[in-house]
Amino acid sequence: MTFEQIMFYVLAAAAVGSALMVVLQRNPIISALYLILNFFCLAGIYLTLHAQFIAIIQILVYAGAIMVLFVFVIMLLNLGDAQALKAKLTWQRMLAVVLVFGLLMEIVYLFTMPEATTAVLDVDRSIRIGEVEHIGTQLFTKFLFPFEITSVLLTAAIVGAIFLAKKKLD
Amino acid sequence: MIPMNHYLLLSAVMFIIGAAGVMTRRNAIIVFMSIELMLNSVNLTLVAYSAFLGDVTGQVLVFFVMAVAASEAAVGLAIIIALFRRKQTVNLDEINLLKW
Amino acid sequence: MIPYTPLLVLFPLVGFIFLGLFGSRLKNETLIGTIGSGMVGLSFLTAVAILVELLGMPAEGRKHIVEVFDWLSPFTDSAGSLAVPVSYQIDQLSVLMTLVVTGVGFLIHVYSIGYMHGDPGFWRFFTYMNLFIFAMLNLVLADNFLLMFLGWEGVGLCSYLLIGFWYEKKSTGDAAKKAFVVNRIGDFGFIIGMLLIFSTFGSLKFDTVFAGASVLSSGNTTILWITLLLFVGATGKSAQIPLYVWLPDAMAGPTPVSALIHAATMVTAGVYMVARCSLLYALAPTTLLVIAIVGAATALFAATIGLVQNDIKKVLAYSTVSQLGYMFLAMGVAAFGAGIFHLMTHAFFKALLFLGSGAVIHGMHDEQDIQKMGGLKKYMPATYRTFLIGAIAISGIPPLAGFFSKDEILWKAYSSEFGSPLLWGVAVLGAAMTAFYMFRLVILTFEGKERFDHHHLHPHEAPKSMTLPLMILAGLSIAGGWLGIPASLFGGNWLEHWLEPVFAPANRKLMLGGHEIHAIEYLLMFLSVAVAAAGIYGAWTVYRKRTEIAERLAVRFRTLYRVLFNKYYVDEVYDAAVVNPIVKVSNDYLWQGFDVTVIDGAVNGSASLVGRLAQVLRRLQTGVAQTYTIAFVTGILFVITWLLVQ
Repeated sequence: MTFEQIMFYVLAAAAVGSALMVVLQRNPIISALYLILNFFCLAGIYLTLHAQFIAIIQILVYAGAIMVLFVFVIMLLNLGDAQALKAKLTWQRMLAVVLVFGLLMEIVYLFTMPEATTAVLDVDRSIRIGEVEHIGTQLFTKFLFPFEITSVLLTAAIVGAIFLAKKKLD
Repeated sequence: MIPMNHYLLLSAVMFIIGAAGVMTRRNAIIVFMSIELMLNSVNLTLVAYSAFLGDVTGQVLVFFVMAVAASEAAVGLAIIIALFRRKQTVNLDEINLLKW
Repeated sequence: MIPYTPLLVLFPLVGFIFLGLFGSRLKNETLIGTIGSGMVGLSFLTAVAILVELLGMPAEGRKHIVEVFDWLSPFTDSAGSLAVPVSYQIDQLSVLMTLVVTGVGFLIHVYSIGYMHGDPGFWRFFTYMNLFIFAMLNLVLADNFLLMFLGWEGVGLCSYLLIGFWYEKKSTGDAAKKAFVVNRIGDFGFIIGMLLIFSTFGSLKFDTVFAGASVLSSGNTTILWITLLLFVGATGKSAQIPLYVWLPDAMAGPTPVSALIHAATMVTAGVYMVARCSLLYALAPTTLLVIAIVGAATALFAATIGLVQNDIKKVLAYSTVSQLGYMFLAMGVAAFGAGIFHLMTHAFFKALLFLGSGAVIHGMHDEQDIQKMGGLKKYMPATYRTFLIGAIAISGIPPLAGFFSKDEILWKAYSSEFGSPLLWGVAVLGAAMTAFYMFRLVILTFEGKERFDHHHLHPHEAPKSMTLPLMILAGLSIAGGWLGIPASLFGGNWLEHWLEPVFAPANRKLMLGGHEIHAIEYLLMFLSVAVAAAGIYGAWTVYRKRTEIAERLAVRFRTLYRVLFNKYYVDEVYDAAVVNPIVKVSNDYLWQGFDVTVIDGAVNGSASLVGRLAQVLRRLQTGVAQTYTIAFVTGILFVITWLLVQ
């Protein structure tokens, strides 16, 4: 077992564990913290795939910005334990569990196909394509149009978020 | 070396956990976080494929997914804030104006 | 003039349309009455002009057809397809009928101006009367069965409208409905007969049908059925057994209506129809026998009922039924000309009698019970005299009109190959009763002691607009018969000769001999007059001289009296046997059972089913987003499974 393999399995276990914690926790703050942990684990896994840029972006954007936003909102709404809700075991809950289990089975079936099991990672190539310069080049040449549109999208999101969240001045 | 289907299985498990969270939890913010979890699992799949196939398109796509996820989280949380102002609750069971 | 034939029907049609649209706005009664009567009068003058023109032609060339427009035309030109034009046939028979209809009709219209004075529905009356004349003329002038049937139905409709003229009273509406429904039963037979005619001969035009029939031989079964079915229609329209029950009830309508429709014209439609189809009837001797028996039976039957009725109009109604029986008796013994002759004279004196009774009712302020009348002759002299003339005419006393026509029927009933002494005997008995009950009516109404309250009721004579038509009709009742003085009495029998070409094809089929003079004929003539005189004398005795006989008879034959008075309970029998079962079936099975349960149930049931389904399905809309998510995921699961299975 190489170092890489050990790292991967440890990080994978942590990711799954923290994901479970996110869903099962009652307190939203604790959930948020577990989610941050999950993102960090994912960033590590990206690194095992030699996707440097994505790993950094994951930490910067997801863990650094989005989760901060989440935590802010949770604290703004002052939810805490007082908002703890009793979880009823309704038929919806059971159905949901059944459904996801079934879905898992199917996806597992799909992902254990031969093409997926015999693929080999070309290290050099993946290092090369994971470099910041390479991705940057692609973004500004082949994917320029989506890149610009994304900026419009972000502007729209900003405007929308501000508009929705502001106090109505009557 | 780690076979590809390990990555894919990991992604599948995370996706399932996220889906379960969306369908089961009643706190709106937890639901949002579960949605982020699902998006991340998809990101992982994309990056894994990109690395194994040697095509950068997957990673570029991840970049865009992240951008969209960020804006979606922002707007969604703004909606939750507005909703909280209205009904003083984030319990999804009580937000049922479209009920018959 | 003959190309102007459509004017005959156009005048009353214009009158109908004009009065129908504007009549309610015209306030002047005289104007409405003049327009209504004038239109009929114009038709009469046109008919006279056509008659004059026909007289100038040779006897064989007196048939003309005037086509107005194509009504039903076939899509293909194949033989046997239904081509029905609106075209009119001018021949001796139709001109005669037209003259009777428009002439008597005109007089009755004029009479109505006075009779219906003050009625709020004055304009409506003349509108319907004009429509009636239009339909009746279509009936007698049509050159095909379908147009005739149009007129047939049209007069039935007008009969309904006019009987139920005072519709505010429920019994009047019921009488109108009864007339229409009973007519309809007869019309059903007529329609089936028409269908048979079309399927046998391939056309509905008289010329084509009769041409096709002339090559057939007597005793043909199809012709038998056709004639029988057409006769069923005639029993309905002309009030014979078993479909006569509507006519006495129809007296609920205004008296001019009774005079025009139920005495002179509509009820004669059946007789006309048999005359027109004489060739077909000549080919079916069995039907002729049926007609003769029904006619004779009806004549006697109705006369017995008329003996004891106390309503002045009911007596005349049963008298009409009885006299129609005589006409059908004539048809049944293949004396077609005699039947039409009696139709004409009957129109004169029956209209006269009805109008006279109307004058009495008018003068007695709507009293119709003759037991409450009496001694009216000094208050209404003109009415009395004309009524008396009508009574003498109908009794068959020479030289008035009724004698010649009735006597010819009696002679033919005895002597024709299709007649028998039995038929003659029944007819003579009926004649005796006719004289009896008519003069009973005259005496109880006009003679004797006054049985009404003199101080409260002041009977008065009718106005000139009413008495003038009475006098004209009285003149016709006297002289009308002179058109048909038989050869045995040294007359030329002009009417018979006039109509001969029309009935020639039928007579050829029947191979009837010419009219030879027998001594028996004089004997029978004498007998019929004697019997009539005996009837008159009997009435005089019972009701004038020794009135106690009437009471004694009523007491001794109490049951018979009651049966006769209640019209042999025929209406009650029909009610129990036919009407009530049909009503019950319609109500319980067709309405409640089928319409309400099945059809309404299906419609309402499907609506409530949808409602209940919706009640169940709307629970899917919980409003909670997570439920929808679960639905999504379920769908995704199924899709992926399906894709994997493929």
